[in-house]
Formats: sequence, C-alpha cells, structure tokens
Amino acid sequence: MKNYTVVGKSEKKIDSLSLATGESKFVDDFEMKKSLHCILVYSPHAFAEIIDIDDSEVRAIEGVVDVLSFKNTKQILHTTAGQGFPEPSPYDCIMFENIVRFVGDNVAMVVAETPKIAATATKKLKVDYKVLTPLFDAERAMDEGAPRLHGEERFAPIPVKYEPERNLAAEVEIAFGDLKQGEAESDYIFDHTYNAHYGSHCAIEPHSVKTYFDEMGRLVIISATQVPFHVRRIVSKVCEFPIAKIRIIKPRVGGGFGGKQEVFLDQMAATVTIKHKRPCRIVLSRSEVFQSSRTRHPIRVKLKMGVKKTGEMTFLEMDSLLNSGAYGSHALTVLSNCGAKVLPLFNKIKNLHFIGRSVYTNLPVGGAYRGYGATQGYLALNQHIDMICRKLNLDMPEYIKENHIKVGETSEVFKAIGEGTEGVTQYVNSCGLDQCIDYCIKEIDWYNKRDKKIINGDKVRGVGLCVSMQGSGIPLIDMASAHMKMNEDGSFNLNMGATDIGTGSDTILAQIAAEELSTTLDKMIVLSSDTDRTPFDVGAYASSTTYITGRAVKKCAAKIKEQIIQVARDIMDSGDNELIVDSAKVIDEKQNKSVTFSEVCYYSLYTHNQFQIQADASEIVKQSPPPFFASTAEVEIDTKTGDIKLLKYCSAVDCGQAINPQLAEGQIEGAVANGIAYALTEQYIFSDKGNLINKNFKNYKIPVAADMPEMKTKVVESHEKSGPFGAKSVGEIGINGPMPTIANAIFDAVGVRIFDAPFTPEKIYRAMKSANDE
Amino acid sequence: MNTVLKINGKNIDVKFDSDEHLLHTLRNHGISEVKNGCEEGECGACMVLLDGKPVNSCQVFTATVHDSEITTVKGIGTLHEPSIIQEAYVEAGAVQCGFCTPGMVLASYALLRDNPNPTEDDIKRALSGNLCRCTGYVKIIEAVQLAAQKLQNT
Repeated sequence: MKNYTVVGKSEKKIDSLSLATGESKFVDDFEMKKSLHCILVYSPHAFAEIIDIDDSEVRAIEGVVDVLSFKNTKQILHTTAGQGFPEPSPYDCIMFENIVRFVGDNVAMVVAETPKIAATATKKLKVDYKVLTPLFDAERAMDEGAPRLHGEERFAPIPVKYEPERNLAAEVEIAFGDLKQGEAESDYIFDHTYNAHYGSHCAIEPHSVKTYFDEMGRLVIISATQVPFHVRRIVSKVCEFPIAKIRIIKPRVGGGFGGKQEVFLDQMAATVTIKHKRPCRIVLSRSEVFQSSRTRHPIRVKLKMGVKKTGEMTFLEMDSLLNSGAYGSHALTVLSNCGAKVLPLFNKIKNLHFIGRSVYTNLPVGGAYRGYGATQGYLALNQHIDMICRKLNLDMPEYIKENHIKVGETSEVFKAIGEGTEGVTQYVNSCGLDQCIDYCIKEIDWYNKRDKKIINGDKVRGVGLCVSMQGSGIPLIDMASAHMKMNEDGSFNLNMGATDIGTGSDTILAQIAAEELSTTLDKMIVLSSDTDRTPFDVGAYASSTTYITGRAVKKCAAKIKEQIIQVARDIMDSGDNELIVDSAKVIDEKQNKSVTFSEVCYYSLYTHNQFQIQADASEIVKQSPPPFFASTAEVEIDTKTGDIKLLKYCSAVDCGQAINPQLAEGQIEGAVANGIAYALTEQYIFSDKGNLINKNFKNYKIPVAADMPEMKTKVVESHEKSGPFGAKSVGEIGINGPMPTIANAIFDAVGVRIFDAPFTPEKIYRAMKSANDE
Repeated sequence: MNTVLKINGKNIDVKFDSDEHLLHTLRNHGISEVKNGCEEGECGACMVLLDGKPVNSCQVFTATVHDSEITTVKGIGTLHEPSIIQEAYVEAGAVQCGFCTPGMVLASYALLRDNPNPTEDDIKRALSGNLCRCTGYVKIIEAVQLAAQKLQNT
C-alpha cells in the first residue's frame, strides 16, 4: 500500500453539489429558441416492407415542418454501435428504410413547431405495409427457409464471419487441447442450458439530443452520449457532413450503462438541422427507450464441463447463441466477451471449446450493456461450479480459490479472443479474489448457513456464492488522451475526451492528476467531452476510463511536473541540485529554498523565457487487467408459493488501488442493484406478434429503495502495477454477480435449479412442484 | 391559459395549455431542475413540493395549482447556499448521474420535516416514489441518515 495524498481518498465528487442543487444541465435543460421538435413513428409490425408512405395529411397540419422517411433521406448503411473505427459490428442500419424489422423500428419522423403538434400529427401518417412472416425464435434463425432479415448489401467492415443470408450476425470459435480426451478423463460431466434474457438499461434520463448551427455555421450537437467522438464520426458519415463542421458537446448525462453508447438519434436531429437550418430537439419517451433504443442481448448458453473425482476440471465446452434482434449492434463483441471475460477465470482447464453465434430475429435490438456478455456467461459458469462442488462434496469457496487464475498466470483464452481480432497474451499482475471470497462468506455466515435449510414455517433460507472477472479497456484498440495547462494560482485545466456519464470519472481523473503533481483536488479544473475543446477519447465503455484515460492523465501530469521543475530550477538557480515536488511547491533542500506552484506559473507566464506550462499525452494499453469480484446472498423462499425474498447481498471487488473508495463502492452497489432486479423482476414480455407489452416502469419492475436487501460492499485493494497508481476498473463487474449468486442460493434453500432468468416466484414454484412430482 | 405560479417564493407568470401538466409548464418556463424521466408518475424525477407535499409534477394539471406554493430543489438550497440535506448527499457519495437527485432531495426534505429521526425503513418507504439506477440506494439512505443527524445537531 503506497502512501498517497489524493488517490485512495473519498474526495467529494466534483459535480455533485451542482447536481444536488439542480444547477447542472442535462441535454434537455439547454434552452434553444425556435427549436423544432421531432416525434418518431414506429412500425406496428415485426417484419414488413413499406410499400408507400402518404404524409400529405400530416404536412397539411399547421405547425408541421417536415416528415422524414426513406423517401426523402439518404440510404447510407452504417452501424449505430458507437464503437471505434472500423467497427466490429456489421453495417446493417439505414436511418429510415423501406423495410422494418421489429415492432418499434423507425418508419418516419414528424418534425413540427411543438412536441404536441408533432405527436398529434404522427397519427395522420398513412403507411402501406406488406407484412412479412417474422422470425422470433433465435434457435430457428439459421434454419433453411427461415425468414431472412437482411439483404446481401449488408457487410462487416472488418474481416470477420458475417452471413446475413443465414441470419448470422457474428460467429466466434476458439478451441485448444483435446475435448475427447478431456471427456474420457472425466468422472462426472455436467451439461446444462441456461438462458439470460432481455433487459433495459433504464437510465433515468431518457435518450436526448439537441442540434443547432452556431454563429460560424458549424453544426453543434448536445448529446446524452457515452461516446462523443464516435458520435461526431458517425453523424458525419450518415449525414454526409464534414467532421470539421461538427462539434459534439456532452453535458451532464443522466446514466448510460451502455445504452447511451448507441448512436441512433444524433444523426436524425442533425439531418433536420442541416435541412431546415433550425435547432432541433429529440427526447425519447420512456416507452420508446424500452422498445426502440437498445437492450441487453439475450444469450442461451449451453455449458458442458467435466471433472475428475478429485475436482480437477478436465474440459469445458460452451455454446452460446446470442439473439441480436433486428440489427447486429455489438453482436460480435458481446458474444466474444461471453467467452473472453468468463473462460480465463478457471485457467487450469486444458481442453476447451467455445463456439458462439449471434443471430438476427425480428425483436428489439441488443447493444452494449454493463457486463457486456460476461453477465450472461457467468450465469452458467457459477451454477456449474456450485453443482460440481455439491456432487463432489467440495467446499465451494476453497474449490474456487484452488482453481481460479492467479498472479503470474495466463489463459490461452486471452490470446485467442479479442474484439473481432485475435486477443492479446496477458499475465495477471494483481488478484485479490481470495480476499473478496473471504469477506463475502464471512459476511453471509456461509459455514453456518450453507446446506442448513433454515426453516421458518413455510419459509426456508439458503445462501449462494459466485465469482467473476472483467477487463479494463480493450488492449491495443482503445485510446485516451488528456491536455493540461497551468494557471497563475497553481491551478490546472484538465481537458479530456473521457466521458463522465455519472460514474465520477471527472473526479477520479482529477485525483490522478492532483496526485501526480503533489497538489490538491481543488486545483483541478475539469473539462470533459467537447470534441472542439478536448482531445480524443473512445468514451465511456469497456471499463476503460480509470485504467486507460487514467494512464493518459498521469503521463500528461508527469510532463507538466517536469516543466514546473525546470522553471523552479531557473527561479532558484538550483543548478544540478535535486529538486523535490511536494504540497504544490518545488523544494531545493540543498539551498534550503522553495517556490510555490503559483510563483512558478507567474514566472513562466510573465518574467523570463516566457511560455505556457502545458502538455498533452495519449495512451493505448497492451493489456486489460481484470478486476475480480465475489458475492454471496441469502434468500428466503416461501415453499407454498415460490415467493422469493432476497435478505442480504454481500459484494467485494478487487479493483486494484481504488482511486476514490466511496465512488468505487457506489459503482459496485449500483451494478449489484441493477443485477438483482435483472435476476428477479426485470423482463421483456412480448405479445405473439413481437410487441413489447410492458414498456413502462409500472410493468417493467426496477427496484425502489424499499425493495433493496441489506447490502454489504467491500473494496479489497490490490496493486496493479500497470495501472495509474495501481488502479484497475470497477464499473461493470458488479452486475455479473446477482444472477448466479441468487440462483445458487435458491438451490441451497429448496433444491431446485432455475436455469432461465429471471427467477420469478412462478418459475420457482413450478420447479419445486415438478421436483416434488418426480 | 395564463396564471401566476408561486415557485420557490417568487411569483412567476406562466402560459400553458388547458391540458398541460405542471412538469411541462415548469420546464417551459426555465425551471429545468425539475426533470422528466418517464411522464408516467413512476420515477419521481419530476417531483416538486406542492404546499409542502411531494408530488410528481407530470401527474398534476397546471390548471389546478394556481393557489399553491411550489417548491423545487432550488427552493431547498442553492449552489451557493446549499441545505444540510444537499450537503449530506454530496458527503455520502449519494450523487452519481444526479438526474434523480433533485427529486430524491425533495422527498428527503419532506420526510425529515415530518419525521426528524427516521428509521432506515422510514427512509426506504419515504424514498420509494423515486427511482435511481446508479446507486443501489445504499448511499442515498446513508445521506438521509447523515442529514437527520446534522439537522438534529443544529
């Protein structure tokens, strides 16, 4: 444990008072005079061809300015995935097209003087559809004769398997060792199929964008986005408008969780502003967010594992089928991570095969979502581990400790799977998983509760455990950068493309800069995410900001420190003396002299050899050090009804050095709460026509405070030598815990295994009933 | 229609449609600290105090409120003069994205005014009209406990 002064302290989040007093501005809080307002018209059919659109009655309404549809917009193939370039997602989207592929797909957009006029006018739009036979079952998507969603003009911009003629949006396969031999060596084989379901991010701020031309004729886009620089690039492509004339401003963003990585509204608003030379506003309603934005990809995971009587794992075979919905956004990379972030955890397995396929269906579109495939994969892996331990009568915490990847070790999986390319060989530098497990089993009182089936009337209790790892950014692909300059009072402007969407990245990156410069957090003036004013950053995704942008900021601050020392040397006439930087001062101990940062800056700006103390730095990384996570839970099941109550949830994370422990805890608590609801109550319910019928908070149940169990959270510190001040990531990993932890706890209580999430009372009741009937 | 609304102690002239909800009237007149998260009365982001009582402004017709005192989060405290509750939210780390925070602060204010020494269950119940997707509510509950303590010591 290093002795830091700013890092490792729970400094107050720098924007939190402004947010708590209602001063901070989100996209829709920016006033724009004479703005146009847009309301989208969506397909009522899961699959249809649009024969014609008659907008004459709409255009006749006073206050309607335009109706955008395939008839008057450019037909430019692109992906809305909001990733780096070229994207690892297929180019299969057109902003408005003459084919609609799910209930909720874009048909047209009414542009009017007020939101009310636009909303009323949408009802007058006449659309002539030729309804096609839809495809809802992902398992049937590649069958001969299955409805085909996309034509042959669709393509993948990177060299990967993509076969729209079979509805195959992506495929990943890796294999090493010899499965047959592994099977032959096995005393027991565990072979089960799990289903992780659709989910909505439910950021409380809906997707929002405002566009206008500034006084220089440049297009300004104020966007609730996780990826401002990708927005600029994608809007430029889709609107055929030069990057030089586009500026993206990211204000405060009301949560993202992956949902605001998707770039699908910005180009629509931009199109209106470019065409009509007027400001434009699009803000989705909650039901639109549920149905027509992006979701968590449902994944069916078949997992087969063998073990010897000793517990030694002999082989692992995983077959994942990802339902990508109507478009292939993140279809390849979420699928890859279902293996890549899951399979290295038990790295002693010598014989392994992972095959994953992503297929199109006429259902809502998947996208990036916190956990990103790992959440779905761990649902399977952790239940398997529980089964193995029960069958062999092994102590589960000890079994995991014995078998998980350790410091100095690697996994062939790291090398085999990347982001549409091969991966990168890496060795684990830091791992606090054992401490995480120890904390969680102690907090839940594991050894007094596991297998004890504590009964109280009709109710019985059980406990479960799970472990997981994630990554810290995408090695050799993600790039982040920072620019800093110094001011007369010893303060610094820190300008970054890194995108704080509520995570606190502005704060922790400023802490990193302050630590490197031996000054205090209040000396950092942060500007993040304005494509005109801040240098490039890929944005807020892949658990990358603390690790990668953090490294860029540290490097940048180190350059600033060098310049400060040089100026101080000049001021104090220090010659070759060793100079120390401490508490915003430069000290020459030999001469018993010191100068403050403020004096250094005044001197550099006004006195001699004047120059601006400033620097920039960029970083890419060669590795993606995994954070580690464990969680335990205690549930109580009503054996008469299947009703499930989550009593307590304990989590521990090893995120390396926590830059700000309070914010790190907040990331875990939020991710775990989201995971708990995903495990127990959140689900997409479709009509037989593919219409999402519960697209509101009344019927898609996310938790309120009163729904939460007792929560215990611990940040276990380790030191990741490649990370800024020892840090790894923390943003996503917590969400991997609740599904398998709760599933294992349900089994511990009532002896039934629920393979398909969410674990509703009805499913538990039915499982108990069929177990009793047998 | 026209009326005068009393917002945070000030009289403000507003224009609105007869079927307009208070949320829109407020936001149309620059009261942007009142957030729109769902317009279904479920998320609490648009919460205001109407004569001291927390309501979802997306469910209230503007035409019905002309005699009432409306309090938004800025009526509880401002950036330069924050209330103890707002400071407690900051100190406890209860603000992540902050979109739900104005509503949460108002619900907390109403609770602590009526019940200065709430139990954890009281807090959970009082905040159960407000959705937060970032925090898991742990630090929000801690913030209310911290505020209760600080208010009792003043």
